[in-house]
Parts: sequence; structure tokens; C-alpha cells
Amino acid sequence: MGFFDDKQDWLAEVFSMYPPEGRRSAVMPMLRKVQEHEGYISPERQQEIARILGTTATEVAGVMSFYSYFQALPAGKNHIQVCATLSCALAGSDELWDELVQSLGITRGEVTPDSLFSIQKVECLGSCHTAPVIQVNDEPYVECVTKVRLRALLEGLRAGKKLSEISLPGKSGHVVHERGDEASI
Amino acid sequence: MSEGPIVSGKDPRFVRTLYAQVGKPSSWTLDAYLASGGYQAIKKALQMAPDAVIDEVKKSGLRGRGGAGFPTGLKWSFMPKNTGRQHYIVCNADESEPGSFKDRYLMEDDPHQLIEGMAIAGYAIAATKGYIYIRGEYRRAYDRLMAAIKEAYEKGYLGKNLFGSNFHFDLYVHRGAGAYICGEETALMNSLEGLRANPRLKPPFPAQAGLWGMPSTINNVESLCSAVHIIQRGADWFASMGTEKSKGHKLYQVSGPFKRTGVFELPMGTTFRELLYDWAGGPTEEIQAIIPGGSSCPPLPWNDETLDTSMDYESLAAKGSLLGTGGVIGIPASVSMVDAMRNITRFYGHESCGKCTPCREGVSGWMVDLFEKITTGQGEKGDVEVLENLLNQIEGRSFCALADAACWPVRGSLKHFRDQYVDLVEQKKAVNRTQRWS
Ligand SMILES: Cc1cc2nc3c(=O)[nH]c(=O)nc-3n(C[C@H](O)[C@H](O)[C@H](O)COP(=O)(O)O)c2cc1C
Ligand code: SF4
Ligand code: FES
Repeated sequence: MGFFDDKQDWLAEVFSMYPPEGRRSAVMPMLRKVQEHEGYISPERQQEIARILGTTATEVAGVMSFYSYFQALPAGKNHIQVCATLSCALAGSDELWDELVQSLGITRGEVTPDSLFSIQKVECLGSCHTAPVIQVNDEPYVECVTKVRLRALLEGLRAGKKLSEISLPGKSGHVVHERGDEASI
Repeated sequence: MSEGPIVSGKDPRFVRTLYAQVGKPSSWTLDAYLASGGYQAIKKALQMAPDAVIDEVKKSGLRGRGGAGFPTGLKWSFMPKNTGRQHYIVCNADESEPGSFKDRYLMEDDPHQLIEGMAIAGYAIAATKGYIYIRGEYRRAYDRLMAAIKEAYEKGYLGKNLFGSNFHFDLYVHRGAGAYICGEETALMNSLEGLRANPRLKPPFPAQAGLWGMPSTINNVESLCSAVHIIQRGADWFASMGTEKSKGHKLYQVSGPFKRTGVFELPMGTTFRELLYDWAGGPTEEIQAIIPGGSSCPPLPWNDETLDTSMDYESLAAKGSLLGTGGVIGIPASVSMVDAMRNITRFYGHESCGKCTPCREGVSGWMVDLFEKITTGQGEKGDVEVLENLLNQIEGRSFCALADAACWPVRGSLKHFRDQYVDLVEQKKAVNRTQRWS
């Protein structure tokens, strides 16, 4: 059975966002949908997307490989993306990465034997003031990641909790300062 | 402080508008937006002729907040009239320039403000359809925008006959998937059309042939939100803030070792000293340089001259740097400037789309390799000159501005911190990386 067979309503809604000549615009939403459900986008799925859009699988693969979010190989249930860009690097993201490599026993492109984790370095996530920052799957960011917070995060994820259910000790980020005299994070 | 233009956030005449709701409980809901006076500007705009809306924005002096500072009203006026074709207004919400994070909170905490700005721009340029191209990682912003758009449709604030006028406006959100180049306006259009996001040749400019070949205008999130308040409060209000050529207020961002990092809405022309000491609380460790406006802007040394520089387009250009997105990054004295530049070069190298040779080979290949070589203690005499020569070969010769953006910070660092490069090369020293994570 095709992935999109039972998602015709969803597809119709996506196509309705674009003009008739713009059907191809659905390629990114479709790739995203597959990845959300299956964790990666297999050659079969790429073929299916190409068929629905009236293009070739090579074209779909070409688009897919352009973006860092789309995965061609299975990722862990929790795909942890670590920001490696300047402000995060200044807050120690290299050490954070090394810690992940060590405690999970995997590096880039690998998945833990229990399929729970994979890791990837990504570029500036647009939260430089709460560095270092990580993102798990497509969830809102985990900010101001200290050693203590990272440990609590991994423990929570190992216990099968959702990100939103895990309480992280210490400062939590998402602070926008309105006045100079406001308390720090 | 009550005469002349407003150039300080401490001036009692200064009022915050863009971020006035950010951080407040439930600020992203329609109820909260209406309670704070939302959707009045679009009503006002719809009573005006489209050209009058454009003129008001022109008169305000608003310049694009996406980084390049192109006058917004002028850009809108480039759109052809009475074409009978579909026009598009596109919001650039790709926000990927390292050091920038202002647009995210605008969308997370005040999505209706952006919706209203899109509708106003759409009305001005006869675009009945709008797209917000939001970077894929911005999950919370996406969720809140989608919820806000739904609310707006339910109330009739989007869709057919807005506020009893004969203007129709539909708004869609398209998510990116992790590629910095999608922020370049023509690459963004390709990405939205479902293609690889390589930039397009200009001309034709988007106003002639943009999205699906139709007349299109692309604006940054903050530019569109600013338009709401310009219509609401008038061009004169906006122009009462800032310097001669840099009007209005702006969202400045602070990251790096400062006491209170975050986003600060301040008048154009505020000094770095005011931003970094009075608002951000001062450095938490010794700083050697700041990158004034996002990673593509040449760094400036941390000294009185820099701190007393006014944060506007002209003053920064006069210092050999750029205002960019207003994202200030502090670089601590304990970190090698060369290593900081290695990180930025690596970023641009990774994000090069590969379309043109100077960038693909020059930035992703040569520059990245050279920084790796120098920072790992394998530098040789003459490497600094090789790097300079590379910059000369790449800058101004690439297909789009990404490669320039990669060169500018390195050039700035060579101007002010050349000794650090020479030191590494001559001593064959690897950079010293201190523990920075706790
Ligand atoms: C490589 C590159 C990346 C860019 N990234 C962004 C971005 O993330 N957000 C943005 O608003 N503009 C970005 N721009 C600028 C846009 O091309 C465009 O000038 C801007 O969106 C226009 O909006 P404005 O006139 O309102 O500033 C980028 C430009 C280049 C060359
Ligand atoms: S300068 Fe870089 S990003 Fe721009 S077109 Fe050339 S290769 Fe692509
Ligand atoms: S550098 Fe990591 S979020 Fe910007």
C-alpha cells in the first residue's frame, strides 16, 4: 500500500495551497510527512512522491538531498540535532557534542542499538541567546543546555517520555528581555 | 532628551510596538491581539488608495530588515499596476543568519501582527495571495502561525472581502527544511516552487517575474510588522526615530557572553554601548570583538570607538562593517579570533548551494581547508596572504551574495586581528580551545 493512499484529504489540502501550475510545491510538505511517520524517506517513498507529482524519482531525490532535515537513512526515535554555529560554539557546543557521542556510543550517521537515538550537527537554529541549543526531531528547542539539563533530557527520553513531559532543571530559555532592569534568565 | 530625533531606548518619547506583546501571556491569540489594538491598521489601509499606502511607507523611511536595508516603500512601488495577473506577497521568515533570532519571537508571540502586515502589503501591491516561507526548524512559530491564520479566517480577517472592502486575501505557510540559502529571495522562490534552492539570475527581478513567473514582492518578517505600525501611527511617527537615513526602530539581538542576552527593540541610532551595557547588562567576561549584525558582518574591535558607534546603516558602513540583521555577537578574549572565523567560514562552506565556482571551490573548498590548516597548527608562512588573495578572487565574483557574506567577516578580522593569524602561522600553533561548557 502506498503511504499517501489513505491521505488523500491531506494531499488535497496541500495542493490547494498552490496554484494549478504549482503542484510541484507539494514536494517538501510530502517529504516532511513521510519523514514524520517513518523517520526517514526510503527510495520507494521517493518514487511514490514522484509518481503523484508527475516527476521523476531523481528530481525528488535532488530536492531531498538539498535540505539537511530530510533523512535518506533510518534515524533514531529521538534524532538529536546539535547547533554547531558560532554563538553555540562559544557556549561549548563542541563539548556538548563530545558528551553525546560518548554517552550514546554513536556518532553522526549511526543509530543506537535500541533504535532510540541518532545525532547530527546542524547550523544556527535561530536561538543564539540561549546557547547552546539542541532540537529533538521536529519539536520546539531545548535551550541553555548544561550538563545537568542534558543528563535529565536523555534520561527522560530513555524512559520513553515526550519532550514536553520532561522537566529540565535550571534555566529554561525562551526569555525575551523587554527592559534592561529585568531579571536574568 | 525631548528634542531632535529619538535615538535612545531611554528617551521617554520612545514607544515599543513590534515587541510590545512579546513575552505576555497568550499574546499569540486573536483575543490578545484585538485587545492590544490589532487589526486597526489594515482597516485604515483599506480606506486608503493602494498607492497612498505605498507612499506612507516610503515617507516613513523604512528600510528592509532582512539585512540589505533596501527601502520597503520603493520596493513595493516596483510592482506593475493593472496587470490582470496574479501578484504575490512573500514573507521571508527563513531567518538563518547566525546571530539572528528576532523574527522567531515575532511569529511565536505575535503572529497576528505578521498576518496584518502581510494583508497591508498585499493590498498595497494588489497581491491577493501571500506566502510565509518559514524555516523548517521553527516549529513553535509554525504552530502558532497556523493557529492564528485559522482564527483570522474564522473571523473574516483573511479570505474574501476583508473588513467589508472588495479586497480578497489568502495566506499560506510553506515550511523550509534546513538550508540557509533559502533566505536569498530568488532561492526562496525556487524552494517554494518545489525545486532545489539555487538562486536565480537577476534580472528579471521578482517584481517582474517572481513566484511562478508572476509579479512578486519579498519582505522580511520585521519589515512587514513595521508596516503595521507605520500605517497605524503614521509615517512621521516612524521617521521621528533614528538617524537621517536610517529611520524608525529595529530589533537588535545580543548573544555571546553578556549578562542578559536576548532581543531588544530600540530606535535606530542607539549606540552599542547603550545596547550592550544598559540593556544587555554588560559582558560577563573580557570581550575582544563584536560582530555587529549577524555572522556576515565584519567584526569590530571591542573599544570605546566601537561602543560609541551608532547602530544604523551609515555609521556601520563608515566603520567598515554592516548593520545586517542587527544580531550582535560578542567574541570573548579567551577565544581565538581565527577560530571564530573558522567556525563562520565552515558555516558558509556548508551552506553554499554549489551553483557557482568561486563559492563552491573557493569558500567550501579552499577557505574551509585553509582555516582548518591554520587553526590546527599546520599553517605555513604565506598562508595569510593566500587567504587574502582568495578573498580578492571570491568577493564580487559569485552568483549570489552568500560567497560575499562568507568573505566580509574574514576580511574584517584580518583588518583588526591580523596578528592572531600571523601568530598561529609563524609559531605553527594550534588554537587553544578552552572549556566553555558547564
Ligand atoms: C545568502 C542570503 C541569505 C539571506 N537570508 C535571509 C533571511 O534569512 N531572512 C531575510 O529576511 N532575508 C534574507 N536575505 C535577504 C533577502 O534576499 C531579501 O533581501 C530580503 O528578504 C528582502 O526583505 P526586506 O527588503 O524586507 O529586507 C538573505 C540574502 C542572502 C544573499
Ligand atoms: S555564491 Fe554560493 S550560494 Fe550563491 S549561487 Fe554561488 S554557490 Fe550558490
Ligand atoms: S548559533 Fe546556535 S542557535 Fe544560533
